[in-house]
Amino acid sequence: MVHHSRGRLAAGAVLLTAALALTACSASEPGDSTDSAGSLTVWVDADRAAVLKDAAAEFTKESGVEVKLVQKDFADIQEQFIAQVPTGKGPDITIGAHDWLGNFVTNGVVAPVELGDKAGDFQEVAVTAMSFDGVTYGVPYSIENIAMLRNTALAPTAPTSYDDMIAMGKSAGTEFPFIVQVGPESDPYHLYPFQTSFGAPVFGTNADGSYNADELTIGDAGGDQFATWLAQQGAAGNLNISLTGDLAKEKFNAGASPFFLTGPWNVADAQAAGIDVAVDPIPAPGPNAAQPFVGVQGFFVSAKSTNTLAASEFLTNYIATESVQTALYEVGKRAPALTASFEAASADPIIAGFGEVGATAVPMPNIPEMGSVWQFWGVTEAAIIGGQADPVGLWQKMAADVQGAI
Amino acid sequence: MSITKPRAPRTTPVPHPTSTSLRVLVVKIAALAIVDAISLYALFIVGAQRDWIVFAAIVVVTVIVNVVYFSRRFLPAKYLVPGVIFLVVFQVFIIGYTAYIAFTNYGTGHNSTKEDAVAALIGSSQERVEDSPAYGLTVVESLGTYSFLVTDPDGDVSIGNADNPLSPVDNATIEGGVAVGIPGYNTLTFSQIVAAQETIAGLTVQISDDQNDGALRTPDGSSAFVYRSNLVYDETAATMTNSTTGVVYSDTGVGAFTASNGEELLPGWKIEIGFDNFARAFGDESIRGPLFSVALWTFAFAFLSVATTFLLGLFLAVVFNDRRMRGRKVYRVMMILPYAFPAFLSALVWAGMLNRDFGFVNQVLFGGADIPWLTNEWLAKVSIILVNLWLGFPYMFLVCTGALQSIPEELQEAATMDGAKPWAVFRFIKMPLLLVSIAPLLISSFAFNFNNFNLIYMLTNGGPRDVSAGVNVGATDILISMVYKVAFVGAGRDYGLASAFSIIIFVLVGVIAALSFRATKSLEELN
Repeated sequence: MVHHSRGRLAAGAVLLTAALALTACSASEPGDSTDSAGSLTVWVDADRAAVLKDAAAEFTKESGVEVKLVQKDFADIQEQFIAQVPTGKGPDITIGAHDWLGNFVTNGVVAPVELGDKAGDFQEVAVTAMSFDGVTYGVPYSIENIAMLRNTALAPTAPTSYDDMIAMGKSAGTEFPFIVQVGPESDPYHLYPFQTSFGAPVFGTNADGSYNADELTIGDAGGDQFATWLAQQGAAGNLNISLTGDLAKEKFNAGASPFFLTGPWNVADAQAAGIDVAVDPIPAPGPNAAQPFVGVQGFFVSAKSTNTLAASEFLTNYIATESVQTALYEVGKRAPALTASFEAASADPIIAGFGEVGATAVPMPNIPEMGSVWQFWGVTEAAIIGGQADPVGLWQKMAADVQGAI
Repeated sequence: MSITKPRAPRTTPVPHPTSTSLRVLVVKIAALAIVDAISLYALFIVGAQRDWIVFAAIVVVTVIVNVVYFSRRFLPAKYLVPGVIFLVVFQVFIIGYTAYIAFTNYGTGHNSTKEDAVAALIGSSQERVEDSPAYGLTVVESLGTYSFLVTDPDGDVSIGNADNPLSPVDNATIEGGVAVGIPGYNTLTFSQIVAAQETIAGLTVQISDDQNDGALRTPDGSSAFVYRSNLVYDETAATMTNSTTGVVYSDTGVGAFTASNGEELLPGWKIEIGFDNFARAFGDESIRGPLFSVALWTFAFAFLSVATTFLLGLFLAVVFNDRRMRGRKVYRVMMILPYAFPAFLSALVWAGMLNRDFGFVNQVLFGGADIPWLTNEWLAKVSIILVNLWLGFPYMFLVCTGALQSIPEELQEAATMDGAKPWAVFRFIKMPLLLVSIAPLLISSFAFNFNNFNLIYMLTNGGPRDVSAGVNVGATDILISMVYKVAFVGAGRDYGLASAFSIIIFVLVGVIAALSFRATKSLEELN
């Protein structure tokens, strides 16, 4: 018995040391600086990895620089990049979303990327989104924004105004005149086009299109009008804080409404559910145009990369080419950021429809101050839609709280 | 094992003592060889990274393991070593590291060293001079010095390096409108550029004698642009100067370059700040305000969760332990089912079912009522306790069933013979015996629920929130979810503050557990 348990203990010790060794291995895996002369480590999510493999192979063939693709869960990249770059164990390049940029720059983990004259080949909103304080930090590859999906069987023509849309929705006799996901803490991202139509953007903008954190415009007169409108729509049942993202999609796919304010990510499922969808501009309830937020995805270079030239060459001369941008579009169906690829992709009416809305849209603020806005914005909207108190009072209270947090 | 061990030699004589011990020895040597091989492999990797602390730790662990298992002495250590090593790696180290972080300003804008901060600030302050042209670039080398051979958009060719500003040349070889070589210099291929990229990326070539005109730098080795830096670092004075506004930022010991008006340049760097985080945890208005009500709800939530799950679990265990009950096994399996689903998933499913307008509970069970299960302050608390009851009672049911079955039948029979009624038997015989084994589990269950972040986050995310309060804390937030929001939601991440809170919660739970265990000692004296 004693001998046997000794064997078991030895096995335990094996496991322990193996665990220690594995910890050491995993820590050393990305961007190991000792063998990095002539190799690039790139963090990429699973969907994009396949496309990048081909671009990387071509790059290796022509330049002799090896490209190591490390697959990451997209949602984890922001935190891990900020934590690992300072240790010197982060990647040379990572995929990411433009609204992480403020956080990256504040933490000093990204290096500027010079697009040079290539900047003009991209859609303007994509390059603006990838810039912070006038410096460009990323090479964009996709643009994403919301627009109004229409079930053509229930509403054969596009509505001319918000009221027209509600009227069309009511006459269609469906459960909802139109659907937008709201949720118990509201969804300021999806409601933002309505807010901008009342002339209340979150921040003022500088001459170069970047946001000015010192100029909080959310509490302007337009904000009060928007708050009043939210309360009316909540009372009329057009906005409902019980309608979460999952439910909204389920209801539209079941034909419970002719209109659905959402992004391209829900189109495939709607089509699979047998719905013939068209993409329309967002009807504005207020006097101004309804501008949604644009989300841009792209690639960033680590501030501690020892391969900056190779990284920059890979991004500007391989990722920023039409063939790669088109291939990236084909796997994710996100509108390409490169104008040439975008025009090719626009043969698809869905992409063209979202692109038309995106052309007039505004980038989601990438300044770190935006974090302070989110934490008060949604719950206040939810309280207004739920009819908890005077909408203008709540909205002004929110603007003051945000200002305090900034 | 301790009972069977001395008996074994007496009852069964060992037939081939030498062959058995030889086999054991071979197994032992093989196992240790594997351990040592893996350690050696790990040492190579860690050594290559010059991570000497981990290196030393692996050496020490390997030596200890070898000494303990090869020696004939240290019998107790042979049993304890693996567990102790795991305890140190997975518990003690983590607590120690958290405590260390609690005394730093680690977080957004303070996540690395001062050198990194300086490099990042200088790097991002390089601004391309507006409307300046892009130059075609060929990197050339002569006597180990790299030079830029550039062609401007008009086709004029110049050369320059770190020490000499650009000067025009006319004897360059031109290919496709771009100068690609010049006599006296070697042209670098792309792979040569990549091999020397750190030097070349850091190379700045003044475009004229006047520094304010800017300097050429290359981002990719094939083109060059004119940049001007608007931050200048003075190494001797350790100050940053904004060359446009003239403001001087100096290191005032707060972990960032700070101007005289208090404006900080970010990124800064990580420094140790003593008890500041703990002072903030109790002093910051946005934390101190809701702290009392959140702490009260945390205790209520943890206590009620344990009490409700234990009572329901115990009741069901007693019922299903009765031999007169038919089909007990089927019922028992059904009772354990909630335990088989991942708690994450269950919480999400419950959040959907409790939806006010579209949820199963209101639509089907209450015939279309509008009960705000998760959006009313008090109902949300009730919902959380109910969902946690659903998630937690199978565990209590299992442990109570086990404990009940280990109580000898004779005790019950003897008590019944003495004339005790069933309730008295349960109250005075079974319950005390049960608590001896269950009480420690109740304490650990309390500690678990005290920090039950997943349930809160998935079910209500701490909501509903009173928007007029102006703080990001909701009615169902417990301490740990409040810490999460304070430290991670909003403009920045504050790992230092979060660690300080973790240590406070650790101490709190530790004290409660220690007191409770002391109280349970009196139960054990029953035996």
